[in-house]
Amino acid sequence: MRKKTILLADDDPDVIFQVKHHLELWGYEVVAVESRVEAERYLESGCPDLAILDLMMEEEDSGFILSYRIKKCRPDVPVIISTAVAAERGISFDINSPGSRSWIKADHYLEKGFRMEQLRLLIQKYLD
Amino acid sequence: METLTVLVVDDEPGIRSGIKRILEGHRVSFPFMDEDYQFECREVASGEEALTMLEVVTPEIILLDNKLPGMDGMEVLEIIKQRNLDVVVAMITSYASMEIAAKATNDGARDFIPKPFTPAELKSSIDLITKQYFLKKITSNMKEEGKKIRYQFLSVLSHELKSPLNALEGYLQMMKERELGEDMSAYKTVLDRSLQRVDGMRSLIMDLLDFTKIRMEKKEEKVEQVDLRERAELAIATINPMVIQRNIKVSCFGDEVFYDADPSDLDIMFNNLLSNAVKYNHDGGEVKVQVYKKEQAVVIQVKDTGIGMSEEEVSRLFKEFVRIKNSRTRGIPGSGLGLSIVSKIAQLYGGHIQVSSIPDQGSEFRVILPLT
Repeated sequence: MRKKTILLADDDPDVIFQVKHHLELWGYEVVAVESRVEAERYLESGCPDLAILDLMMEEEDSGFILSYRIKKCRPDVPVIISTAVAAERGISFDINSPGSRSWIKADHYLEKGFRMEQLRLLIQKYLD
Repeated sequence: METLTVLVVDDEPGIRSGIKRILEGHRVSFPFMDEDYQFECREVASGEEALTMLEVVTPEIILLDNKLPGMDGMEVLEIIKQRNLDVVVAMITSYASMEIAAKATNDGARDFIPKPFTPAELKSSIDLITKQYFLKKITSNMKEEGKKIRYQFLSVLSHELKSPLNALEGYLQMMKERELGEDMSAYKTVLDRSLQRVDGMRSLIMDLLDFTKIRMEKKEEKVEQVDLRERAELAIATINPMVIQRNIKVSCFGDEVFYDADPSDLDIMFNNLLSNAVKYNHDGGEVKVQVYKKEQAVVIQVKDTGIGMSEEEVSRLFKEFVRIKNSRTRGIPGSGLGLSIVSKIAQLYGGHIQVSSIPDQGSEFRVILPLT
């Protein structure tokens, strides 16, 4: 059976190292990139089964931009935005309100500092 | 397309018409939005006129000059705050002192646009303000804006400490669960990365101590005549290990220049400027430090042949915890406080910092401190 591919975009190499390690352990193929630009380069020719995007990379809203672009061409690809924006900027996004839903094109928010098991359950929810 | 009304409050007709010309052709688009923002400008020449206009029209953005005939910008800002108007205010100012900045921020100003500004600088500020306006509009829980600004520094700080802790916790967990096997050599990367993150946390704490020090201390008590050339040489000696490692040539020019200051402030300033010039340089590059007198000021100039920055990156440079993130800066450690500290020290002495930079060619930082 084909392994499912997860796009992992985060500018923190330690997050990449740890999350990638676990995703591979759980049997997923991982495309790990450290910037929005690299993620966009991958998306030109490839398409993941799920994407885990850090919100703040080169810009404060890199994750929103990537998510918007993924959903525009492949609305069926689940997108998880992992973010520390609430801690960093004192702003919290309520993804469940219709107003936010209209422009935040992500399926789930994951506050940084999450447990790997939490991530695993979330991925299983979308991919199994 | 949504149109935002910008009220320009400035007594100089040239500035008003300049802003109008620049903004009325300007569009702000967010790559995650379907619609762009455009701007319509209204202008008044005094604070009194602004307040009269605000009784009938509430613009989305106010660009408010601080020096106005009659009522000054700070007074207008205070009244806007009292009236609880839902508007984003940015101060246009030629004399941005620490006190004005602190008071204006407390009274709700979101940004400072120092005079003179280029069209690109104005556009970059407006882009930022529009983004703030947008975020404010879409987040329902930002009513207590004043409190948020006050707590922002603390929350950013806790994040900056939480990130390395998360990384360390993850790595320790990997080791505890023997996720890479029983052989210790498999954990070399994990251990190296953990030590780097601990090191990063230590530098952040050191920078924070500098930061709180310059905010808390009374300067008058420690001011003495400082030989700037001597302080520059001292900072060069401090950075020497990194310089040797990266084969960078550092030279110091200039005359003997004395300046009345707390010597530790100048050390912090030189150390930050020099360590950036070395960190963001190419191996085998060059750093030139120069101190000189120019008219009624002393100038500290640090020029490097490093990776440089784009105009947009330069505009974000002095904000606390901002680190320019791109493929060239990846892997360079830093707290994002260094330049903000330099800028605050300069302001403390009534001075300011200028920067010019060309991507891939290098940057030049000039701290200008007025002679009293």
